[in-house]
Amino acid sequence: MDYHIFREFADSWFLIFMFVFFLAVVAWVFRPGSRKTYEDTSEIPFRHEDKPANASEAGESRSSKD
Amino acid sequence: MWDYIKLIALGLVAVLAAIAAGYARDLAYQVNAVEVMLAAVIAFIWVLRTMGSRQPVAQNEYFDGVVRAGVIATTFWGVVGFLVAVIIAFQLAYPALNFEWAQGYLNFGKLRPLHTSAVIFAFGGNALIASSFYVVQRTSAARLFGGNSLGWFVFWGYNLFIVLAATGYILGATQSKEYAEPEWYVDIWLTIVWVAYLLAFLGTIFKRKEPHIYVANWFYLSFIVTIAMLHIVNNLSIPVSFFGSKSVQVFSGVQDAMTQWWYGHNAVGFFLTAGFLGMMYYFVPKQAERPVYSYKLSIVHFWALIFLYIWAGPHHLHYTALPDWASTLGMTFSVILWMPSWGGMINGLMTLSGAWDKLRTDPIIRMMVVSVGFYGMSTFEGPMMSIKAVNSLSHYTDWTIGHVHSGALGWNGMITFGMLYFLVPRLWAREGLYSLKLVSWHFWLSTIGIVLYAASMWVAGIMQGLMWREVDSQGFLVNAFADTVAAMHPMFVVRGLGGVLYLTGGIIMAYNLWMTVARQPRVESRSVAAVPAE
Repeated sequence: MDYHIFREFADSWFLIFMFVFFLAVVAWVFRPGSRKTYEDTSEIPFRHEDKPANASEAGESRSSKD
Repeated sequence: MWDYIKLIALGLVAVLAAIAAGYARDLAYQVNAVEVMLAAVIAFIWVLRTMGSRQPVAQNEYFDGVVRAGVIATTFWGVVGFLVAVIIAFQLAYPALNFEWAQGYLNFGKLRPLHTSAVIFAFGGNALIASSFYVVQRTSAARLFGGNSLGWFVFWGYNLFIVLAATGYILGATQSKEYAEPEWYVDIWLTIVWVAYLLAFLGTIFKRKEPHIYVANWFYLSFIVTIAMLHIVNNLSIPVSFFGSKSVQVFSGVQDAMTQWWYGHNAVGFFLTAGFLGMMYYFVPKQAERPVYSYKLSIVHFWALIFLYIWAGPHHLHYTALPDWASTLGMTFSVILWMPSWGGMINGLMTLSGAWDKLRTDPIIRMMVVSVGFYGMSTFEGPMMSIKAVNSLSHYTDWTIGHVHSGALGWNGMITFGMLYFLVPRLWAREGLYSLKLVSWHFWLSTIGIVLYAASMWVAGIMQGLMWREVDSQGFLVNAFADTVAAMHPMFVVRGLGGVLYLTGGIIMAYNLWMTVARQPRVESRSVAAVPAE
C-alpha cells in the first residue's frame, strides 16, 4: 500500500469512522438507564479494599459495600 | 521443572553478557553488559536458593509485595531525580559548577537527560507501575495475573532498565532523542518488560470479578498500550555492531523529527497524563471518600483525550522544515485538547463537592486538589503555547521549561505524593501516617517551590523571546545570545531555589514515610474482620 492510498484512506473513511465512533460513545454514555449502571460502577473503588472477591461472592458484589 | 528452565535461561544470559562485556567496543556498552551479568547472577542465586521453598500463590489475597517495592523505588528515585535537578539548575546559574575534573561525565549536557529520565521514567514510571498494580487488583477484585513472578519481573526489569539507561547516559550511550535517549539494547529490554507489564495488567482485567472495568483502568491501559506503540516506532534503529552501543535511526531528516515529537508529546500525553489520570480517578475518590463526580463525564473524557492527544505532536516543530499543514494540524488538535483536559480537571475537583471542608483538615487531599489545579493550569498554558503566534515568542525559551515543570512538579509530582501518602499506611498496615504536620510542610514547600520555578521561568522565557526578536532602527539584531543568558541569571538562581524547596519537601516525605513504617503501630489485619466466614 503506497503512501498516497494510505493517506487518502486515513483522511476520509477512517476519519469519518473515528468521528462517528466518538459520537456513538457519547450517545451510548447518555443512553436511558445508564445512570444506575454508572452509579454502581463508580462505587467500585469502595468495594474489595482488602481482599479479592471470592468465586461465590462475585454475583453479589453489587450489593456488598464495605 | 519451571525453575530449572529459569536457571538455564539466567545462566545463559549471564554468560552471554560476560562475553559481550569482553568484546565491548565502548565503555558504556561494557558497563551495561556487566550490569546485565550481575543482575542475571543475582536472579540466578535467588531462584536457586528459593527453589522448592516458595509459598504457593494465595489467590484470596492481593499481591502487595510488588506494590510496596514500587512505593520504595518511587520515593528513592524521586529524591534522586530532584537532587540531580537542583544540581543542574545551579550548573546553569553558575557554570563553574561544571567542574573541570568531571568534564565529559557530570557536566550539564550529561546530567540533563539523567534528570529527565530519573523524574519521568524512574519516579513517574515506578509510581505508575506500583499504583496501577494496586488499583487494577482492587477495582477488579482479583489478584494480579501471572502469579508472583510476572509482577516481580516487571518491577525488577523496569528498574534494571533505569540503571542501564542512567549509567549509559553518563558514559556516553545516547541516541540523542529527547526522552528516548537509551540506546538500542536498552530499548529492546524495555520492550520485553513492557509486554510483561501489559500481560500482567490485562490478565488481571480479564479475570476481574467486577462486571465493569473501572475508568482508572481504562486510563492505565491506554497508557500502557500507547507507550508500547510510541516506544517501538520512535526507536526503530539499526545497531552499528552487536557489541557497541551506537545505532543509526531508520528515519532521517524531518520524518525523524516528526516521529520524535509524535513520541515526545505523547509521552507527555499518555505517560504523564493518561497514566496519572488513572491515579486521579482512583485516589481522589478514595481520599475524599466519595465516588467520582460524574462517571459519564469520565468516559467522555477518556475517549476525547485519547482521540485528540495523538495528533498534538507537530506543535513542537512550528516554523521548522515540517510542512505547514502538519504544524497547523498539531496546533488545532492541541487547542481542541483543552476541552477534555478541563473536563477531566472539573471531574476531579468536583469529586470534592460536599466535602470541601476536608481541604482544611486533610493535607493529602489538599495535595491532590492542588495537583488537579496544576493539571488544569498547564493544560490551559499548553494549548495557548501551541498557537503559532504565541509559539514564535515562546519556542526555544525557558517559558517551555516553566510550562513543563508546572505540569510535572505540580500535576505529576503532587498526585504521586498524594498517592504515596495514601498507600504507605495501607500497604504496611499502619495506623495512619507518622506525621500530618510534616505532610503540611511538604505541601507548602512544594507549592512555593513550584511557584518560584514557574514564575521565574515565565519571566526568563518571555524576556529571552523578546530580546531575541529585538531589532534596531537599521534592522540589526540588538542582542547576542550570550546577552540573554546574562540577563536570565537572577531568574536561574530563583529557579534553583524553587528546586531546593521542592527537593526539601521530597526528603521530608521520604522521612515521614520511613517513620510511618518504622514507628507507627501496626493495625491488626483489618481484612479479617471484614470477611464473613465461609
